Amino acid sequence: MAFLALDNLSKRFGTQTAVDGLSLGVEKGEFISLLGPSGCGKTTTLQMIAGFVEPSSGAIRLEGEDLLAVKPAKRGLGIVFQSYALFPHMTATENVAFGLEMQGIAAAERARRVADALELVGLGAFAARYPRQLSGGQQQRVALARALVIRPRILLLDEPLSNLDAKLREEMQIELRQIQRTVGTTTILVTHDQAEAMALSDRVVVMNKGRAEQIATPLEAYEHPATAFVASFLGKTNLVNGVAVRPERIAFAAAGLVGTVRTRIFQGNHWLYQVDTASGLVTVIRQNTGDAMPEEGAAVHLVWEARA
Amino acid sequence: MSRNGPLALAYHALFVVFMLTPILVVCWVAFTPEGFLSFPVRHWSLRWFYAIGRYPEFVSAFWRSLGLGALSSALAVAVSVPAALAIARHQFAGREAMTTLFMSPLMIPHVVLGIAFLRFFTEIGLGGTFAGLVLSHIVIVLPFALRLTLASAVGLDSRIEHAAVSLGASEATVLKRITLPLVLPGLVSGWALAFINSFDEVTMTVFIAAPGTETLPVRMFLYIQDNIDPLVTSVSACVIAITVAALIALDRAYGLERLLVGKGSHGR
Amino acid sequence: MKSTPYLLALPALLLFAAIVIVPLGMTVVLTFHDWGQYKGIEPVFILKNWREVFSDSYYAEMFERTFRIALLVTLFSAVFGAPEAYILSRMRSPWRGIFLLVILGPLLISVVARTLGWALLFGGSEGLVNKALMELGLIDTPLPFMFTETGMVVALVHVLMPYMVLSVWAALQRLDPQVENAAIALGAGPFTVMRRIVLPQAMPGILSGAVIVFALAASAFATPAIIGGRRLKVASTLAYDEFLNTLNWPLGAVVAVLLLVALVIIVVGANRLVERRYGQVFR
Repeated sequence: MAFLALDNLSKRFGTQTAVDGLSLGVEKGEFISLLGPSGCGKTTTLQMIAGFVEPSSGAIRLEGEDLLAVKPAKRGLGIVFQSYALFPHMTATENVAFGLEMQGIAAAERARRVADALELVGLGAFAARYPRQLSGGQQQRVALARALVIRPRILLLDEPLSNLDAKLREEMQIELRQIQRTVGTTTILVTHDQAEAMALSDRVVVMNKGRAEQIATPLEAYEHPATAFVASFLGKTNLVNGVAVRPERIAFAAAGLVGTVRTRIFQGNHWLYQVDTASGLVTVIRQNTGDAMPEEGAAVHLVWEARA
Repeated sequence: MSRNGPLALAYHALFVVFMLTPILVVCWVAFTPEGFLSFPVRHWSLRWFYAIGRYPEFVSAFWRSLGLGALSSALAVAVSVPAALAIARHQFAGREAMTTLFMSPLMIPHVVLGIAFLRFFTEIGLGGTFAGLVLSHIVIVLPFALRLTLASAVGLDSRIEHAAVSLGASEATVLKRITLPLVLPGLVSGWALAFINSFDEVTMTVFIAAPGTETLPVRMFLYIQDNIDPLVTSVSACVIAITVAALIALDRAYGLERLLVGKGSHGR
Repeated sequence: MKSTPYLLALPALLLFAAIVIVPLGMTVVLTFHDWGQYKGIEPVFILKNWREVFSDSYYAEMFERTFRIALLVTLFSAVFGAPEAYILSRMRSPWRGIFLLVILGPLLISVVARTLGWALLFGGSEGLVNKALMELGLIDTPLPFMFTETGMVVALVHVLMPYMVLSVWAALQRLDPQVENAAIALGAGPFTVMRRIVLPQAMPGILSGAVIVFALAASAFATPAIIGGRRLKVASTLAYDEFLNTLNWPLGAVVAVLLLVALVIIVVGANRLVERRYGQVFR
C-alpha cells in the first residue's frame, strides 16, 4: 500500500468541479509534482491534503490512516505557501520555532533544531531578522525551514518558487532537490511550470480540468505523452499527420519532407525554426554547433530522427 | 477562506444593534404626537415634521451648512493640491514640519480652535460672519483633503507624465489630459471627506457662529440645551433620510463596496 | 528649482500662519490677561489664571474626570471594536461591505443626533437601557446614566467606535490569509492562532485607533454637554462655559491650553512608543 493514497478524490464548488475523481499513490520519500495550468485543480488537491478544503467525495489515507478524520492542526504536514505566509511579527528564529512550540518541544531541543534547520537552508546568519528585512529568496528559505523543522510526514509545496526571478528560481530548484534528498521527506509540489516539475520530481501528475491526464516519470511523460494535452503542456510539439513529434527530434537532411524556412531565431545554445511544409507549419530545434544553418526563405528537407 | 462561527455572528449581531439603536430611536421618537421628549412612543403623528416649517432658522441653517461644507471643502482641496504636489514630489528643508503643521488641526481639540478663532475673529472684525466660518472650516477640513490628495499624488507614477511629454504633449496638455484625470478620484474623495467633516462639525462652530450664521448641528445643539420638545428628533430624522438617500445614490453610481473595501479585495 | 516646493505650498502656509498660528498664539497670550466681572478683559501680564487653575482642586478633579473618561472610552472601544473588525474582515462579499457601511455610517450622522438617541435611551429610571438590563437580570435597580460618567462613557464609545473599527480593519486588510493557515498547519489551535498570530498583527491598528479615540474622547464636547448637563463638567464643556456663559475668557483659555498641551504630550508619546515597538517589524 502506498505511503499516501488519494482515492477517487473529488471537489465541487457549487456547479463547478475543481477536482474530478483523482486517484494517486505516493511512495515514501518520493518527490511528486502536480503539474497543470491554472484552474486544473492542483491547488485544490493540495489544500484537501492539507485540510483547508474538505473533499466532496473520496478518501485520503496516510500510512493507512484516514487523514480526513484528522484536524488540519493535527495532520503534522509541512507546508510552504506561495506567499510564504511568514508571521510578519516574528523573527526568522521565532517563525521556525513556532511549530515546535505547538508540539511542546522543550526549549533547549527547540533551539538546537531551529538552528539546524536555519543552517540547512543557509540562513544561520539571518536568524534574528524579521521577514520584512529579508529578500524574497531568504523569506522562501525561512518558509522551507519552518515547514521542515517539525519533521513533517509530508512536505507540501504550493508554487513555492513562483515569486522569485528566473535566476534565483533555478538556484532554488537545485537547492530544494538537494535538501529533499538530504532529509528524505516525501514531497508534493504544486506548479504550473513544466520545467520546474521535470527538474525536481521523481514522478509528475499532469492535471487538466480536475483530472489526472498522466502519472509518470518526467522522461516518460515527455517522450511518451499519454494525451495531446500532455504533449503540448510538457513542451513544444509538432503534430505531423496526427503523430506528435518533438521539435528537437526533427533534423535537416538532403532528402525528406519538403519545406521552406519561414522564420529562424537564434537562442544561444540552439536555433528555433518555423518551416512551412505540405503537412503544415513544423517547429524545429537544432543545437548550435557553430556551423552554418539554413536561412529564412531557404528550401529544406526535414527528417524525423530515430532515437539514438 | 474561513467563515465566522455562530458565536462570532451573535457578537456581530449585538454590535450592530448597539451601533444602530440610538439612531433608530431618534427616528422613531420623531413620529411622536407628544409635546415632550419621551421613549418609547405609543402613538404616532407627523406633527413634529410639520413643525419644522414653523422654525425657519432650522431650514436656513441646513442650507448654510450645505453651502459652508461645499465651499470650504472646495477651497481646502484647491489649497491642498499644490501643497500635496510639493510634499509628494520634492525633498526640501522643513518638509516634515510642514506636513505636521497641515495635519495639526486633527490633533488640536476643536474646543481650543473654537476659542482661538472666537478671540481672533472678534479682534479682526470677522466675528459671527460667514466668511469667518468658511476660513475656520477650511482649516479644520484641510487635513482630510490633504491626506487623500497626497495619497493620489504619491501614487501618481511620474513616468506616465514623462511618457506623455515624450509623445509631444505640452506641459499644459500633460496637466489637463494626464495628471488631473489621474488624481481626480483622490480630489473627489478628499472633497467628500472634507464635506462630511464640515457638515457635522459642532464643537468649534458653536464658538464662532452668531444667531444669523448658525450651522445645522449648532442650531440643533443649542435648541436641545434650552428645549425638551421633539423638534430636534424630526430634524435629525430628515437629515438621516437625506444621508441614506445620498449613500444609495452613490452606491448606484459607483458601488459603495468597491469604494469601501477597495478594488483588489476579490483576488486571493 | 529650489523654491518650487515652497511656492506650491505657499497658499496653505499663508492660510495656516494667519488662521492657526496667530489665533493659537493669541490664545496663549490671553491666558495671562486679567478679567473682572465689570471691567472685562484687561491686557496685562499676570499669572492669576494659571494660579487659580493649579490651586483649585475643582480643576484637578475636572481634568482627572476628562482623562478617566477618555481612557475608559479607549479601552472599551478597543476591547469591543477589535473583535468586530476581525469578524468583518472574515465576512464575504457583499455582507462585508454592507456591515462596514452600517458601522461606519453613523460617522455621517451628526454627533448631536447620535447623543440625543442615547439621552432618549437612558431617560431616567424609565429608560429603555435600564429596562433591558433589568429584564436580562444584569441589574436589580435602575442605574443612573444621565448626568453620570457611565452615561458619557457609553455614548462616547458609540460615537467614537467607527474610528477604532476602521483603524483595526485597515491593519487586518494587510494580513495574508495564508498566514493563519500556516499557523494551523503547524499545529496551532483557534485560540493560539488568535493570540499569537492575529492579535499581534492587529496590534498596530488597535494602538493607532486607540490614540485617535483617546484624543477625540478627551476633547469631546457635544456628547459630554448633552449627557453631563450643567452638573458634570469635562475640560471642553468647562471652557465653553467660561467663554460663553461666565465670559471669563482668560480662565477658559487656560483650561483649553492645558487640554491641548496634555493631549499633545500624550499623543506624541504614544506615537513614539508605537514607532519604537513596531517600527522595524511593520512597514
